[in-house]
Amino acid sequence: MTEALATKPQVSTARLSSWALLLNNRLAAAGLVILGIICLLAILAPLLPIPNPNATNPPNRLQPVFSDGHWLGTDHLGRDILARLIWGTRVSIAVGLSATAIAALVGSLIGLVAGYARGRVDNLLMRGIDMLMAFPYILLALAIVAVLGPSLINALYAIAVVNIPFFARNVRGVTVGLANREFVDAARLSGKSHTAILFTEVLPNVAPVIVITMSTTVGWMILETAGLSFLGLGAQPPQADLGSMLGEGRRLLFNAPHVSIIPGLMIFALVMSINLLGDGVRDVLDPRLRAGDLTRPRSVTNIKRDTIPPKTMQSSDILVVDQLETSFQRGRATIPAVNKVSFSLKKGECMGLIGESGSGKSVTALSLLGLVASPPGVITHGGVYIDGEEVLSKTEHGLRALRGAKVAYVFQDPLTTLHPLFRVGDQIAEAILAHQPLSRDAAHSRAIELMEQVGIRDAKERVSAYPHEMSGGQRQRIGIAMALANDPDIIIADEPTTALDVTVQAKILDLLQDLRRERGLALLLITHDFGVVAQVCDKVAVMKDGEIVESGETKTLLKNPQHSYTKKLIACVPELGQGKAFLETVRPLFAEAKP
Amino acid sequence: MSANAIVVKDLVKTFGGKRTLFGGTSHAVHAVRGVSFDLKQNETLAIVGESGSGKSTIARMLVGLETPTSGTMEIGGEDAAALRAKGSRIFGRMVQYVFQDPVASLNPRKTINDILDIPLKLLREYPREKRQARKRELLDAVQMPADTLERYPHEFSGGQAQRIAIARALAAEAKIMVLDEPVSALDVSVQAQVLLLLDDLKREFDLSYLFISHDLAVVESVSDRVAVMYLGEMVELDTAAKLFHSPSHDYTRELIASAPRLESAAS
Repeated sequence: MTEALATKPQVSTARLSSWALLLNNRLAAAGLVILGIICLLAILAPLLPIPNPNATNPPNRLQPVFSDGHWLGTDHLGRDILARLIWGTRVSIAVGLSATAIAALVGSLIGLVAGYARGRVDNLLMRGIDMLMAFPYILLALAIVAVLGPSLINALYAIAVVNIPFFARNVRGVTVGLANREFVDAARLSGKSHTAILFTEVLPNVAPVIVITMSTTVGWMILETAGLSFLGLGAQPPQADLGSMLGEGRRLLFNAPHVSIIPGLMIFALVMSINLLGDGVRDVLDPRLRAGDLTRPRSVTNIKRDTIPPKTMQSSDILVVDQLETSFQRGRATIPAVNKVSFSLKKGECMGLIGESGSGKSVTALSLLGLVASPPGVITHGGVYIDGEEVLSKTEHGLRALRGAKVAYVFQDPLTTLHPLFRVGDQIAEAILAHQPLSRDAAHSRAIELMEQVGIRDAKERVSAYPHEMSGGQRQRIGIAMALANDPDIIIADEPTTALDVTVQAKILDLLQDLRRERGLALLLITHDFGVVAQVCDKVAVMKDGEIVESGETKTLLKNPQHSYTKKLIACVPELGQGKAFLETVRPLFAEAKP
Repeated sequence: MSANAIVVKDLVKTFGGKRTLFGGTSHAVHAVRGVSFDLKQNETLAIVGESGSGKSTIARMLVGLETPTSGTMEIGGEDAAALRAKGSRIFGRMVQYVFQDPVASLNPRKTINDILDIPLKLLREYPREKRQARKRELLDAVQMPADTLERYPHEFSGGQAQRIAIARALAAEAKIMVLDEPVSALDVSVQAQVLLLLDDLKREFDLSYLFISHDLAVVESVSDRVAVMYLGEMVELDTAAKLFHSPSHDYTRELIASAPRLESAAS
């Protein structure tokens, strides 16, 4: 426990700060710089040595760019375009930001209340939002301006109203998910009222979504303001606004193109920079993007080994793992998750890899065929031999040929590993077709055969069932059927029964045991449960902090554990029949650990 | 106060089954079908059963997170419905709940200080200084260091988070605790520590536990009496020693036979 506390600061320094992450994104940084310059100019407009934007000077009309006293020329009334541009940008940004703020406030409030209250309130509010969305937005904005009369402030209201649905929908979606979370229930049990829960428990968790939506819509709102002004419904003459400048210059497009092109370019630069920055902000704030989970993992783990092991090895064992080391990149640091692990597996043998969460047992299993997600995973040392051949030296293609064919995986939760939209039979057939040149029909009948072998009754009918139509135990049987599809020599089962009820667990373990005997499969069983190991495994290896601390025959190891960690682990497993004596036997183990 | 902490009679909970807009009825799920039991003062009553057997629904009804379809519940000698009508604060002072997933039950954006403050402020209405002192006492009771208060939930491991969640439940000073799979998400060594902690706290604060779990061995090590749930019904209720040595219902026998054991080392 103290260990975990001590290592914490180390990790946090290795993680990049939000600011550094944002600046690492070159496009976002460029957007930030451009936006910064534009905003600075707009804010400083009253102080800059520029002429009055509304002062007309007809004799001087339509001066070209870079003419005397007017860098960007003059428009059809002889007004200085640079001055109008800067003042117009100021107006556009102000309107865009205020519209975003209004839309965010009202929309988020509607979304929060609808998502939290559900039922009738939700229906009423969201159907209202739907009606708002049913109108084409520009038509709605036009209608609002038509009713209220054309002016900049009315355009602002119109744009805000039109954008409320964006916020309401986004926020409601997140709130619905949060309202069912346990911490909300816990707050209710602590005596908090609904309003307090909504604003102090739910809102802080929704806030990033609101910020993300704001950063991605603000550019759009500026564009819409310009659009309404262009149509003459927003800023009224003589006030300058990027949209109205564009509208006035439109008539002179052939005689004096600079009058309309300059505000057009400004709108482009402004909206583009805001959007680039908005995307950057979203990437930083979204925790999944931040952890790098959504970066597309490569199909093979990065392999950067300090020494390359020999290509072949003389051994009767079907699987030999030699000094395997897999690390994870966290920020700038590399932290080993599996530290020089070695073990071997004979044909028809079952080995249990046991350890607590975070001990590196799953990473070990995934490393064998380079399945650890990269980034952040890197294999930094050692080799894996299957049938005497080193597999990590193989090409990507060679490795993929092994996956599912010679070595197959069974995962913990079949609901997450089976595709929810495909029928289970098709998924098994797909696994077969990936490695065997069979016709579709042949693969399909083979799938039925496999389903019968794993003990699914009425396989012919169940073959067209979807994963959600099956129980947890049946789904795990499908997972096993997929693993068996290409007659593998080795099956790696990662906590195959953890998500199942005990009575179902017993049946799945029996099935694995039978299959192993019939087919001479080698089984690597990863689990945290000593009871499961005792039931099916010939030998067992105990992992702690990425290392194997002890291994041996299951019977001897369980009866006479040598390492203190193994002893402690075994003592901590309550046994049926022990009763209350269990607590008394473990009490001395933790007596000295108390602070 | 009566000798029974909780008395439940003919409790029924049906989800769905309501009339829909077009006159039909939606699909009804009978989660709990007429369950009766009682929890004595200072007793640990365990409810075991597989997923979908309705054990969590009973727990959620007892703490007021769900409303029963029919049946009565008495908590600390008072009718639960009447108690609920008095407000969630009075209810929260009678009975508290510990969730299965400790990390999910703590708001990720609040410090432990804020999380522990809520029940002390709203349920016990202590002034600020008293709250600070209580928080330190509570952390001490669950054996967590004092600097825990400034940290955020994600900085703790599962076992530590569960200790904090237990501290929050203790903060309400309720004498009845409903523990919904409190150790299922934890590693074995952490599980043993949390079980020990629960045992100590029970003696120290005079608590009554309703302990919900699917793990028979864990249940046997902590409970006085055990109830077995199967498809929404309570099929057996007896003292732990009796139930595990001579189970009378077929389903109980199957459960006991399926539990993996260490001595059955592979052949």
